[in-house]
Amino acid sequence: MVRLTVNGKQQQVDVDPSTPLLWVLREQLGLTGTKYGCGIAQCGACTVHVDGVAQRSCAMPVSAVAGKRITTIEGLASGKTLHKVQQAWIAHEVPQCGYCQTGMIMAAAALLREKPKPTDADIDAAITNICRCGTFQEVRAAIHAAAKA
Amino acid sequence: MKMNRRTFIVSSSAAAGGLALGFGLPFGAKLAEAQADSTPEINAWVVIKPNDTVVIRMARSEMGQGTITGLAQLVAEELECDWNKVTYEYPTPGTSLKRKRVWGDFSTGGSRGIRTSHDYVRMGGATARVMLVQAAANQWKVSPSECTVANSVITHKASGRKTTFGKVAADAARLDPPKDVKLKDPKEWKLIGKPVKRLDTADKVTGKQVYGFDLKLPGMLNAAIKDCPVFGGKVKSFDQGRVLGMKGVKKVVPVGDSAVAVVAETFWQAKSALDVLPIEWDYGPNAKVSQESILATLKEGLDAQQAFVGNQNGDIKAGLSGAVKKIEATYFYPWQNHAPMEPMNATARYTPDRCEVWVPTQDGEASFAALLAASGLPADKCDVHKINLGGGFGRRGAFQDYVTQAVTIAKQMPGTPVKLLWTREEDMQHGHYHPIMMAKLTGGLDQQGNLVGLHIRLSGQSILAAVRPHIVEQQKGRDPLTFQGLADTGEHAFGYSIPNLLIDHAMRNPHVPPGFWRGVNINQNAVFMECFMDELAQAAGQDELEFRRKNMKGLPRNLGVLNAVAERIGWSKPPRPGVYRGLAQMKAFNSFVAAACEISVQGGNKVKIHRIVAATDPGYAVNPAQIERQVSGSFVYGLSGLFMQECTVKDGAIAQTNFHDYPSMRIAQMPKVETIIIANGGDVWGGIGEPTICVAAPAVLNAFYKATGKRLRDVPLKHHGIELV
Repeated sequence: MVRLTVNGKQQQVDVDPSTPLLWVLREQLGLTGTKYGCGIAQCGACTVHVDGVAQRSCAMPVSAVAGKRITTIEGLASGKTLHKVQQAWIAHEVPQCGYCQTGMIMAAAALLREKPKPTDADIDAAITNICRCGTFQEVRAAIHAAAKA
Repeated sequence: MKMNRRTFIVSSSAAAGGLALGFGLPFGAKLAEAQADSTPEINAWVVIKPNDTVVIRMARSEMGQGTITGLAQLVAEELECDWNKVTYEYPTPGTSLKRKRVWGDFSTGGSRGIRTSHDYVRMGGATARVMLVQAAANQWKVSPSECTVANSVITHKASGRKTTFGKVAADAARLDPPKDVKLKDPKEWKLIGKPVKRLDTADKVTGKQVYGFDLKLPGMLNAAIKDCPVFGGKVKSFDQGRVLGMKGVKKVVPVGDSAVAVVAETFWQAKSALDVLPIEWDYGPNAKVSQESILATLKEGLDAQQAFVGNQNGDIKAGLSGAVKKIEATYFYPWQNHAPMEPMNATARYTPDRCEVWVPTQDGEASFAALLAASGLPADKCDVHKINLGGGFGRRGAFQDYVTQAVTIAKQMPGTPVKLLWTREEDMQHGHYHPIMMAKLTGGLDQQGNLVGLHIRLSGQSILAAVRPHIVEQQKGRDPLTFQGLADTGEHAFGYSIPNLLIDHAMRNPHVPPGFWRGVNINQNAVFMECFMDELAQAAGQDELEFRRKNMKGLPRNLGVLNAVAERIGWSKPPRPGVYRGLAQMKAFNSFVAAACEISVQGGNKVKIHRIVAATDPGYAVNPAQIERQVSGSFVYGLSGLFMQECTVKDGAIAQTNFHDYPSMRIAQMPKVETIIIANGGDVWGGIGEPTICVAAPAVLNAFYKATGKRLRDVPLKHHGIELV
């Protein structure tokens, strides 16, 4: 049994403690907004917040986050009000296929918490997620817009 | 298995012929039996609910490219409905087949989504509008010609009466569809050409969007699979006793003769068991194949006597022998994997009476054909449900290996839905790769530096020989698709007017399966042709833009896009110090495309692309905002390929396994992309998703030469120690 807090809710999961957090979120907790893309922490599709910091969940054993506060894309909005990054994503029509976007949004939200007015260089350093559709031009514009919101 | 599939393709193309002949048919069908709910459809494309919601049904797949929004704009333009009330859904291939393929082609590739269906979907919208107006006129007992229609509201001006689509939809659905409906003149378009918002954004930012990977069915189990790493190899044996006791593991099954799958309660359990499952492989003869042996085969083809001719005019021998200066260069373009962010997957449920598949697919009918072949059931007992795609890029259209596998697994567990997920490693090693190709280019210049002869010898892999062998058979062994962008005529016609021209192909087909990779053969052909044009111009001592222009007689639209990017980048004035420029142009998928870029190079190997100006002339631009995104997005795909991506063969298998050794561009490497759209109408609609991808790489390579004096002729550039920064 591993205990963790996901989107403000206490959870207890009965899994092998080496199971990556990603698969616990997806398969035990049914939170499929966090995506699998590589399994080796390269692509960032699985990005979630662990105690407020962006982390890649696909290569992180669930035992490592026992007792920690995890936020997934499903928990980013405050009730019905979308997070300003999500709003900017809609306004700038960032997603194409959308598969990597939940991880991209989680990375962007963590960046803005740390640096409310990020420069292009800050964005380059913090956003290292892979997007095969190539939405980067819109990602950058939307992060700057969210910073102004 | 092959017989079944072929039978299906033949019969479905026969159905397509019938559709083309009797075009009234789709608008006339009375459809209650096909309805998922009780709302009757006006016709195959349009359902209007009592609350005025407009459901537009489309066969093409949305995979990020925006085609569904564009197609809905086309229908809505003619329908005169309120755009804010538009939504969409996919018909199933099984339903379409029962209704004589009323929705036309499901295949979403070749940048065809809009350009080859705009006429019949607009007609679908127009026919529905006429029926809705007629229904209102009937209620009011007036002539429909006295009624006007806009934003889903029908008005009878004389009496001041108004009604909405939702209120007359049920009556309209009972009317006979009209004949001789006229489409609007493009000058009257209000919605087509506008950058309206996509219909499918909201769920993508909240995690609600369900991709194939996310699907959950009651009682569903999960499967992980390992196919023989060497193409053509087989499973010799596997020891299921080692994993059957592991938590959650339900079954270990052979999949065809080359793969093994573990089925478990969760995917992680299935994968963990598969990782430790002892499997013995019979790698077969391909295990002896190396990258070196493949490259040697291609090199031999560069000077082979026999080759298939793709384009020729004049007398190439005379042209080259009369030249005062001869330039020769050899180029190379490697295998590349599609690597969409969502790895391959499919979910299947089989019983002896019914088999269904849920799959992210670019071609619902190709999925259906694979399902029929693998299940052995007749079409009326099967169907495919299309699920959202996490990228496609050509991997999920013609190739349905994951559907075949999922059905083969489900067949061994009748009644239980099984979701098969590939790992990234499986995806990297079992792709259908961008074909491997070399080219030797020989050009001749006369005393004045005029280009008097050009021979392009391609040597390498044919996609169609592997994927559509009947086309190659019809062409007596030739693969016409190899000449994309270099062809004598058609949607991929060569963009220069060169006297004494020969473009031919020595087909050399290694064992690695080739596929359609966004842009397909224009990727390498644009690098070969457009870099060599710079080489020729420089040998002639001429400006690269001027040299091209002199060789573009009778090609006004090629010239149009080239001039547009040259002007925007400021070609006539020198760039600021330390910045260098390059150009390229081509015709692809019936669109004319060109790019001009500005780069700088630090330390001889760190390339910064500051800016790419791209022009696309597709004739018609349905949604300019989405065209811009397709252009800049395609450059991420294409430039990742140029700088960092190659799949190589080691002992018969692909050596790369994940994004650490097959990297993809990040935001820090993204250049500023400025898109110019030229849309002057005409008879032909060009494609959007793919054409422009091809001009970025040669433009950057040409700029790199200007910056460093080094001509790079093989991809990817990482082999030269070059980094994109």
